[in-house]
Amino acid sequence: MSSFPWLLVIGAVPVVGAVVVAATPQVRKEAGREDAVRWVALGVSLLTFALTVGMAVGYHSSGDRFQFGRSYSWIPQFGVHFAVGIDGIALVMILLTAFLVPVVVIASWRDDDSVPTVIPAVIPTGYEGAAPHPDVAVVDVADVVDGDGRHSRPAGFFASILVLEAMLIGVFAATDLFLFYVFFEAMLIPMYFLIGRYGTGGAKASYAAMKFLLYSLAGGLVMLAAVIGVYVLSARTGSGSFLFSVLSDHNRLQMATSVQLWLWFGFFIAFAIKAPLWPFHTWLPDAAAEAPIGASILLVGVMDKVGTFGFLRWSLPLFPNASKTMAPLVMTLAVIGIIYGALLAIGQRDLKRLLAYTSIAHFGFIAVGIFAFTSQGMAGATLYMVNHGFSTGALFLIVGFLVARQNSSSITDFGGVHKVAPWLSGAFFIAGLSSLALPGTNSFVSEFLVLIGSFTTYRVFAIIATVGIIFAAIYILLMYQRTMHGPLLERNAGMRDLSWREAAALIPMVALILGLGFFPKPALDVINPAVSSTQHDTGQSDPVAPHPAADSVAATEGTGK
Amino acid sequence: MSPTAYLYLAAILFSIGSVGVLVRRNAIVVFMCVELMLNSVNLTLVTFSRINGTLDGQIYAFFVMVVAAAEVVVGLAILMTVYRTRRSASVDDANLLKY
Amino acid sequence: MVTTSPLLWLLVGLPLLGSAILLLAGRRADAWGHWLGTGAAAASFVLGVAQVMSLASKPADSRTFIDNVYNLVSVGSLHVDVAFRLDQLSAVFVLLITGVGSLIHVYSIGYMAHDPGRRRFFGYLNLFVAAMLVLVLADNYVLLYVGWEGVGLASYLLIGYWYHKPTAATAAKKAFIMNRVGDVGLALAIFLMFQQFGKVDFTGVFSAVGVPGASNVAHGVVTALGLLLLLGACGKSAQLPLQAWLADAMEGPTPVSALIHAATMVTAGVYLVARSNPIFNLSEGARMVVAIVGAATLLYGAIIGTAYDDIKKVLASSTMSQIGYMMLGVGLGPVGYAFGIIHLLAHGFFKAGLFLGAGSVMHAMNDDVDMRRYGALRKVMPWTFGTFALGYLALIGVPPFSGFFTKDKIIEAAFVKGGTSGVIFGVIALFGVVLTAFYMTRLMLMTFFGEKRWADGVHPHEAPTVMVWPKVVLAFGSVAGGFLLIHVIHVQTWLEPVLGTPAEGKPVLSTIVLTVIGLLAIAGGAGAAYMLFGRRAIPVTAPAAGVLVGATRQQLYADSFNEGVFMRPGQYLTRALVYADNRGIDGGVNGIAAFFGGTSGRLRRLQTGFVRSYALSVFAGAVVITAALLLVRVA
Repeated sequence: MSSFPWLLVIGAVPVVGAVVVAATPQVRKEAGREDAVRWVALGVSLLTFALTVGMAVGYHSSGDRFQFGRSYSWIPQFGVHFAVGIDGIALVMILLTAFLVPVVVIASWRDDDSVPTVIPAVIPTGYEGAAPHPDVAVVDVADVVDGDGRHSRPAGFFASILVLEAMLIGVFAATDLFLFYVFFEAMLIPMYFLIGRYGTGGAKASYAAMKFLLYSLAGGLVMLAAVIGVYVLSARTGSGSFLFSVLSDHNRLQMATSVQLWLWFGFFIAFAIKAPLWPFHTWLPDAAAEAPIGASILLVGVMDKVGTFGFLRWSLPLFPNASKTMAPLVMTLAVIGIIYGALLAIGQRDLKRLLAYTSIAHFGFIAVGIFAFTSQGMAGATLYMVNHGFSTGALFLIVGFLVARQNSSSITDFGGVHKVAPWLSGAFFIAGLSSLALPGTNSFVSEFLVLIGSFTTYRVFAIIATVGIIFAAIYILLMYQRTMHGPLLERNAGMRDLSWREAAALIPMVALILGLGFFPKPALDVINPAVSSTQHDTGQSDPVAPHPAADSVAATEGTGK
Repeated sequence: MSPTAYLYLAAILFSIGSVGVLVRRNAIVVFMCVELMLNSVNLTLVTFSRINGTLDGQIYAFFVMVVAAAEVVVGLAILMTVYRTRRSASVDDANLLKY
Repeated sequence: MVTTSPLLWLLVGLPLLGSAILLLAGRRADAWGHWLGTGAAAASFVLGVAQVMSLASKPADSRTFIDNVYNLVSVGSLHVDVAFRLDQLSAVFVLLITGVGSLIHVYSIGYMAHDPGRRRFFGYLNLFVAAMLVLVLADNYVLLYVGWEGVGLASYLLIGYWYHKPTAATAAKKAFIMNRVGDVGLALAIFLMFQQFGKVDFTGVFSAVGVPGASNVAHGVVTALGLLLLLGACGKSAQLPLQAWLADAMEGPTPVSALIHAATMVTAGVYLVARSNPIFNLSEGARMVVAIVGAATLLYGAIIGTAYDDIKKVLASSTMSQIGYMMLGVGLGPVGYAFGIIHLLAHGFFKAGLFLGAGSVMHAMNDDVDMRRYGALRKVMPWTFGTFALGYLALIGVPPFSGFFTKDKIIEAAFVKGGTSGVIFGVIALFGVVLTAFYMTRLMLMTFFGEKRWADGVHPHEAPTVMVWPKVVLAFGSVAGGFLLIHVIHVQTWLEPVLGTPAEGKPVLSTIVLTVIGLLAIAGGAGAAYMLFGRRAIPVTAPAAGVLVGATRQQLYADSFNEGVFMRPGQYLTRALVYADNRGIDGGVNGIAAFFGGTSGRLRRLQTGFVRSYALSVFAGAVVITAALLLVRVA
C-alpha cells in the first residue's frame, strides 16, 4: 500500500485552492485579475483531477476492500475518527467529482462574455426587419444577475466550487459515520451560496436556495438522530465507535430488526431527500433551475448521488434486515419516481426544470438497482451514478451554453437551432441519447444492468421501470425536436456555434459518454469487487436461474475468447 | 423572638415590591419596587443564615447588594437618557422593542 | 463446428468508421463524403461476399463463424460479449444489407446531389448499415438489442433528415417512440431469458429451452418469451398494433425509405422471430399470435394501400402488408420459417427497386408525391417505367417474377399447416393477393398511364445514370430473384441448420390449384383496378368518399385511435401532473414551511414591547413554579 496520503492530499488541495482563490486580490474593472482567479481555480481543479487519476492508477481492484485508508483519532471521548478510505464505489464517485469540477470551471469561465449585450452584430440578410425580441438582453445581463456583487463574482464563485469539491470528496471517502455526517451537512453551505448568490438572482433564487438548505437540513437532522442511535448501540457492546468497520460488524452490534428499522428510516429520510426520491423531490427542480449552470451540474451530477451512495455505503451494510424488509417500499417510490419524473419532464416548459425532472426518473432507476440486492443491480446502479453525471452534466452544460446565448431557458425560445449551431446541437443530441439510454452510450450499460438485475428479484417493479424507457425517449426527443429541429426562429438566426472554450468543456464529456458506452469494463472492474462486498454485507446473493444452460454450451460459447 | 417573623416580613415586602413593579408606570417607582424586592430577598437570606447558623446567606446578601448597586447605576443612566429623548419616565411609553 | 473468424468485426467496423469520419469531419468532407460513404458500404459488401463464400465452402453442419471481439459487460453470472456470428441465416442478411445498401448508396449520390447536407446523409446511411449488421451478426440478444436500437437511431436521424420540416421531425420522433414500445418487449424478453436460463447468448438460451418434447422449461415462460419477442418485432416491423409510424416515416428521403423502410430494417422483426425459432417451436400459442398479427397486418396494409394518393405511402403500406406475409410465414412454424425469410429477401430487392423508382418519379415531379398529379410518365421516363414495372410484376406475384415464387410458398405453407387456422390464414393471404394486385395496379395506372395531370411548371425528365443503374440491378433481382433463391440456390435447404427441417406435409388443396387460384386473384385485383382507374380519367383532387373509402383514407382510424387513446390523454395527464406536482407535493412542502412561518408570526405578537406585561409573565411563571414545587412537596 502506498505510503503517500492520497486521499488527504486530494481533499486538501481544493480547500487550499479555495483559500488562494478567495484571497487573490481583485481590482474593479480589471479583467486581468479576474482571469487570474479563473486560472488558479482551473489549475487547482486540474491538479486535483490529476492526483485522483494518480490514485486510481494505484488502486488494485482485487486488493483490500478499502484502500488508501487513513485513520486518526479525532474526538476520542466519543470514539470519533477522522477516517478515510475508498472502495471501488467511492473511487468512481471521486473520479467523477474530480472530473466534473474542471469542466464546470471551464464552462463557467466567463458567463458574461457569451451573453449578447445587444442583438448579435452579424445578422444574416433576410432578418434585417426582425425586431429585437423583448427578452434579448439590452442591459448587461451579468449586472442584473449579480446585483451589486458583479466584480466579486469570480472569486467567491470559484472558491465555493472548490470547497464543494473538497466536501464531496470527503463525503465519498469517509469511512467514519460521524465524519460522513459532517461532510454530508457541510457540503450544503457552499451549494447554498452558489444557488442563492451566484444563481439566476432575484427572489426565486433565494427561495430555491432556502428550500434546498432547509429540506436537506431537515433530512440530515433525522439522520443525526439515527447516527447517534447507532453510536449508542455500538457503545453498549464495547467502546463506542463510528467506524464503518465496527458498525458493519453484525456479530458485534446484534441489532434487533425493529431497532434496525427505526435507524434505517432515519438514514432513509436523509438519503431519499438528497437523492431525491419521489415524493421528496420538489426542491430539485427549483434548485437546479435557479442555480448557475456550473452548480447545477455539480448538484445533479454529483451531490444528489450522495443520497444513493449513502444507501450503498451505509444503509445496506449497517441495516441489512431492515433494508431487505423495506425494499418493496423503496422500490415503489423509485418506480413511481421513474414514471412520475418522466411524465413531469414531458410537461415542462423550461429546459433546466425538464432536466431536473429527468434526473428524478434516473434516480429512480438507481434506487431500483440498489434495492434489487443483486450484483448486476448494484453494479448497474453504481455505474448509473457515474454515467448520469456525464450525460446529465453534458445536457446541463449545453443548456447553459444556450442560456448564455439567448438569456432564456424556455423551450419555446429555441427552435431550428441545429441549422445555425450544428456542433452544439449534435453534442446535445448525443448527450440526450445517453439520457434515454441508447445502446452505444454509457447509460445503456448501467440501465440494462439495473433492469436485468432487478428483474431477477423484483420482477413487477422491473417491468414497470422498463416501461419508463419509452417515456425517456419521449421527453428527450420532444425537447430535442422543440429546440433543435423545426424552422429556425428569427431570434436564433445569429446564434453562434460552440466556441473553443465551450468545446473544451464538452468534448471530454461526449468522449466519455461514447467511450464508456462501448468499453464500460474498466469502470465495472473497479465497481464489481466493491459491490460484491456490499452484497455480502447484506447477506444476499444472486438468485440462481431455474433452467440453467448446459455446461457444454458454456464451453462452446467461450471458444472465441 | 422567632426568626419566622422576619420571613413573613420579607414575604410582605416582596409582595409589595412585585405588585409595585406590575402596576406602576413610572420607571423610578418601578425601580424602587425592584430594590424593595431585592432587599426582601436579602432579608430572607440573612434570616436563613441565622436559622442555619452559617454565613453563606450573609455573603449572598452582599453579592445582591453589589449587583443591585451596579444595576441602579446602569438603570438610572438608561432612564435619564430615555427621559431626555422622550420627556417621559413611563415604562409604557418605551415600547418600540417589540415583535 | 464453429470457426473463429477474426475479420467479421470489420463488416461492422468499415461502415461505422465511414460514418464517424463523415459526421466528425465537418464541411471539409463535403466534396468527397459521398464517395467515402459508398466506398465503405461497398467494401463491407465485398468483405461480406468473401466471408459468405468461405462459409459456403465448409460442410453444412459447420457453417458458423464466430468473432468474439471483446467482453462488454461481466457482472456476477451475467456475461455479455461483443461477439459476432455469421451463420446461414445471418449470411443471407449480410448479403442483402450490404448489397442493397451499396446500390442505394450509389443511387443516393445522384438523388441527394443538390442537397447541401449530402455528407451528413451518407454518414447516417453508413451508421445505419453498421447498426443493421450488428443486429443480424450479433451472437447474443443483448448485442442484437444494441443493433436493434442502433437501427432505430439511424432511422430516426434519416426520417428527420430534413429536420427543419416540422412534419419530418415529428415523424422521426413518432417512429422512434413507437419502436421504443417494441424495444421494451425485446428488453423484457432478454431479462426473462437471463432470469430463467442465466444466459443471454443464442447458443446458451436455445440449449436451455431445449427442443419440443424434451424441454423442461415451463410452457408459460416460453410463451411469454415468444410474445415479448413478438412485441419487439411488431415495433420494428410496423406490424399491428405498432404499425402507425411507417407511413409517416416516408417523410425521409426516398433512398432511406427504400433501404430502411422497405428492404432491411423493417424486416428485422421477421429476422428476430426466425432467429428465435427454438423458442417459438416450443410454443404453439406464441406462433399462433405471430401468424395472427402477420395476417391482420397483411390485410390492414393492403386495405389502407388502396386509398393513399401519396405514392410513397402506397409503397409503405405495401411494405407493411408484405412484412405481414413474412410474419405469417414465420408464424406458421418450421414449415414457414425459411419461406418467410426467402420472401423477405425477394421483397428486399423488388421493393427497394420500386422505392427507387418512386424516388426518380418524385425527382422528376419536383418532389410532388401526389399520384393524382402524375400520369403518362411512361414515355418521359422509360427506364424508370421499365424497372418499376418489373418490380410491380414481382410484387403482385405474376409468374415468373420473384414474388410469384416466394409469396406462393407462404400461401402454400399456410395450407400445409392445415387445420381451421391454416385454411383461414391461407384464405386471408389469398385475399391479400387480390388487394395487392389492386393497389399496385392503381399506382401503376395513376403514375405511368392515362393523361398528364402535372402541376404547372413541372417538366419530368429521366433520372441521371447514377440513379438508373441501381434500379436496373434491382430489377434483375425482381425478375429472377424468386426463382433463383428457391430453385437454384435452394435457400430453404441452406437455412435448414439454423431454422430446422420442416416435416413433410401436403397442402389441403393441391399446389397446382393454389397457384391457379393465386393467379386468378391477381387477375381479379388488377382487373378491378383497371376498371376503376384505367378506363376513366382520374380527378386531380380526391373525390368525396363514402364511409368505406373514407375510413380507408383515414388508415381505418388507426392514427385517430392512437391520438385519442394515448396521445391526448397523455398530454392531459402530464399537464394534470405538472399542476398536481406544483400544488400537491410542492404545495405540501411549502405548506409545512408556511405552517411554521405562520405559527411563529402569531407567537411573535406576544412580544408587545410593554415591560410590565413581560414582568407579569415572569411573575406568573414564578408563581406557577412555586406552586408546582409546593404541590410536589405536599404530594
